[in-house]
Amino acid sequence: MSFGRMFFGVVRRDFLSRVRHGQDIVNPLLFFVIATSLVPIAVSPEAGRLTQLAPGMIWITALLSTLLALDGLFAEDYADGSLAQLILSPQPLWLLVLGKVFAHWLLTGLPLIVLSPLLALMLALPTSAYMPLMGGLVLGTASFSLLGAVGAALTVALRQGGMLLSLIVMPFYFPVLIFGTSVVQSAVDGVDFFPIMALLGAFFAFSLALGPIAAAASLKVGING
Amino acid sequence: MTSAPLLEFQNISFLIEDRPLFQGVCGSLTAGEALQINGSNGSGKTTLLQILATLKTMSSGTVSWRGNVASNNIPYRREMAYLGHQAGLKMALSPRQNLLWCNRLFSLDRSGEQITSVLHRMRVLNRADLPCSALSAGQLRRVALAALLLREACLWLLDEPFSALDIEGVDCLVSLLDEHRARGGVVVFSSHHDARMPNVGVLELAAQAGS
Repeated sequence: MSFGRMFFGVVRRDFLSRVRHGQDIVNPLLFFVIATSLVPIAVSPEAGRLTQLAPGMIWITALLSTLLALDGLFAEDYADGSLAQLILSPQPLWLLVLGKVFAHWLLTGLPLIVLSPLLALMLALPTSAYMPLMGGLVLGTASFSLLGAVGAALTVALRQGGMLLSLIVMPFYFPVLIFGTSVVQSAVDGVDFFPIMALLGAFFAFSLALGPIAAAASLKVGING
Repeated sequence: MTSAPLLEFQNISFLIEDRPLFQGVCGSLTAGEALQINGSNGSGKTTLLQILATLKTMSSGTVSWRGNVASNNIPYRREMAYLGHQAGLKMALSPRQNLLWCNRLFSLDRSGEQITSVLHRMRVLNRADLPCSALSAGQLRRVALAALLLREACLWLLDEPFSALDIEGVDCLVSLLDEHRARGGVVVFSSHHDARMPNVGVLELAAQAGS
């Protein structure tokens, strides 16, 4: 299937060219780790209080760290002129965008998920909540990236687009944040978390269906500016 | 005079914050013709090329290719190659990887030998497997021109194609343009260089008096 080949072609190209700019990948991740690990120091090292804070803290820092990385999603392609080539190619632009978002998520979302049990341990989260946390973060960070792509596309030609980008995408991140933290909280409280996880999954499906199409349309507007 | 124009644009205007950058720009090119866009800095050469490439939306006017409106036109995109100020190359990838990507992105089906031969033609074969970040500006432009050759597009839209090229590179590009025109291709390019080539139409973009 040529769609599949094209998709993995973009993923490979973006992955290879991003891996060599290590800084862009490491910085958001470092932010995630540092911000979360400061909580026991700044608030209280007492396990009971940390457990209360843990779901919210991990999700907030995950959101902010994704937002930090989002700026670079189309910026490099715009600066080196390859974005114009993507737009002018005969391939469907949403497919190229989807590939770019996936490569971006592999390098920003996935490492964050892999590290999250470590941070959960630091914040004294009960082990029963690890799997719900990681599962929720898989769906959540993927939704963050997919929806964030729309904002990144709209602000691609603006020099100081970062602030505007945050304002555009933040309202769409609230549901993910609410469902994501409730999943972890339910697991901590020993309540069935699957219904909320299903809502998170539904939101991911929504982002997957609309995100790339909206981002592709926004890119065409964005480079006009 | 015998054939119908391939590329035709009429009354193109572009406004920036309600002020015209240029107005009423017209032109038409038949097979084998070339058009050089002249104008001072800021007169809109790049913008006009981006409009022709359907990257920017014009305020008014029409662009047509083989008699059909050019925007949202996949056949037009297949036949048109746009090379902007920025070469459109990934710095972390090698020239060869960039050309392989171009091959896939535009569904070209070129062989490895063809890629080698265009790199050889542009004399960057000895740099083919280094990352592009290790190449000079002129070498990057040569790689971008190699990608252009690989496309085998009928219409070339080139923004300052001569910039950063050395004397030999300029000669090479001139011969590329001649060959392209001899094959019936069409070229629109902007340049600060004086008309080096014979039989090139010239479009002057006058800077609008700043009022």
